[in-house]
Amino acid sequence: METLAPLAYLIASICFIMALRGLSGPETARQGLVYGMSGMAIAIVTTLLLPIVSSYGLIIVGIAIGGSIGAVIAKKIEMTALPQLVAAFHSLVGLAAVFVAAAAFHDPVSFGIGTAGDIKIASLIEMSIGTAIGAVTFTGSVIAWGKLQGVIPGKPIIFNGQHALNALLGILLLVLIIMMCVTQSAFYFWAIVLLALVIGIMIIVPIGGADMPVIVSMLNSYSGWAAAGIGFTLHNNLLIITGALVGASGAILSYIMCKGMNRSFFSVILGGFGGEQASGGAQDMGDRNANIGSAEDAAYIIKNASSVVIVPGYGMAVAQAQHALREMADLLKAEGVNVRYAIHPVAGRMPGHMNVLLAEANVPYDEVLELEDINRDFSQTDVVYVIGANDITNPAAKNDSTSPIYGMPVLDVEKAKTVLFVKRSLGSGYAGIDNPLFYADNTMMLLGDAKKMTEDILKSLE
Amino acid sequence: MSDTQQNLPENAAQLANAAKDLSEMAATLAVQASDLIQKAGTHGDGFIVTGLTVFVLACFVGYYVVWRVTPALHSPLMGVTNAISSVIIVGALISVGASEIGFSKLMGFMAVVLASVNIFGGFIVTRRMLHMFKKK
Repeated sequence: METLAPLAYLIASICFIMALRGLSGPETARQGLVYGMSGMAIAIVTTLLLPIVSSYGLIIVGIAIGGSIGAVIAKKIEMTALPQLVAAFHSLVGLAAVFVAAAAFHDPVSFGIGTAGDIKIASLIEMSIGTAIGAVTFTGSVIAWGKLQGVIPGKPIIFNGQHALNALLGILLLVLIIMMCVTQSAFYFWAIVLLALVIGIMIIVPIGGADMPVIVSMLNSYSGWAAAGIGFTLHNNLLIITGALVGASGAILSYIMCKGMNRSFFSVILGGFGGEQASGGAQDMGDRNANIGSAEDAAYIIKNASSVVIVPGYGMAVAQAQHALREMADLLKAEGVNVRYAIHPVAGRMPGHMNVLLAEANVPYDEVLELEDINRDFSQTDVVYVIGANDITNPAAKNDSTSPIYGMPVLDVEKAKTVLFVKRSLGSGYAGIDNPLFYADNTMMLLGDAKKMTEDILKSLE
Repeated sequence: MSDTQQNLPENAAQLANAAKDLSEMAATLAVQASDLIQKAGTHGDGFIVTGLTVFVLACFVGYYVVWRVTPALHSPLMGVTNAISSVIIVGALISVGASEIGFSKLMGFMAVVLASVNIFGGFIVTRRMLHMFKKK
């Protein structure tokens, strides 16, 4: 078993790579998932067969408890609550990493990394890094979960000297890690855990709700790095490979999300976006007139269109309007209207959020197009139906260099013949930026709840 | 479909550039790694070199594989990565199965519970998501 185990772990690693590889398309993805699950099964069974693992009772109890909790949550969760769920899951990985590191620190013999009080220095360094990342992931994800769930206000929390304080905490963490490696004392180990927990809170608190896609991806990445750190400690290649895969994946998603907002990763991390601009944007609203229409007006326009593009945003998720939207689309398609959906990379609160919600409402995925695939078609589109989105359609991002979102890639909806814009009020969006599209001649504002408005249009169409 | 074909050369060029950048990064990493070898050597523990090799290569694999994931499936990607990062359970199993009754066993047990929530939860929710994606 001693020589077979690394080989089995290698097979598990390959299974995980295949699982990610499968996600290049929806058809292969389901097969990829089978690889992923097999990989996990191989990893667990191999570990259980290791000679060092001698008692199974508690393991079975633990897997049964955790497994049933996880299964029940995953089956019951609403798809709109997906971002919160993912954040919550990330926090668990982080905490598990801390626990494993603690177990290894207090019982190094079982892990073959030395004896208590005399752990190899390399293992100590890796262990403290893994622990720190794990703890940051834990509290960071809890805060992110709170913001997404609405338990904690989504507005960024900012105070004077915030960055200086965070830098100080970072340096202190480094000092503690060095002290831990030198003294091997449990006091410093737990001090690292405690401080990293605090840092996790501090770095997520100043980040606004609209930046959550980046944060959720970033925490995804951290959970991977934490696993890799533990892998170095335990001398386990499977953990290192998997951690690196997950870390790389989260990092790429963060990059894509940042690009979708034309923001640098650091400006997101430093936070504060969505707080200060809120007051500035609302001032020059009174002197322009928006064209406000009713559901009947909208139904009339949409009925006479030959091509419709639907642009969903987070508001659609909040209002749970995806099912009504699909019914409307079905009705239009039956009348021969070409209906498609346009997805902005940062629409929603996590990468790919809108795609999942539309898929949940049985929208075929080949009708759902990404920004770069549909943007040039808007000029030949009769009606654009913007539902629950705002900043991702804001033309100011293209032509107003003073706008905070200047340079962000946006959907060119204003090029369509008519824009139907469903919104609760004429207020500014999540980033607090005024949208000139509201006052454009070819825009009709439909004020009201996204779901109710869509249902009303549906009624008028029938 | 023709759109994606037109974009192919563009994407290829971008990938080539990215690969170039990466190879430069790899070169600097290699230098750092060799420094580490010398340091680690004094402690008689060669794993850090092997581990680092594996780690860097896996980062490359992750980089190329994840760039090929279609944006429509980014949510399932997070679900899968979340589930597989719970492979950390391997460490937890060792401490539960090997340690005497005590603090380490307790820590390991809690880690097993948390990681299991993630493994089952992550895979099941991803399965749910993927089964919703249907063609026309």
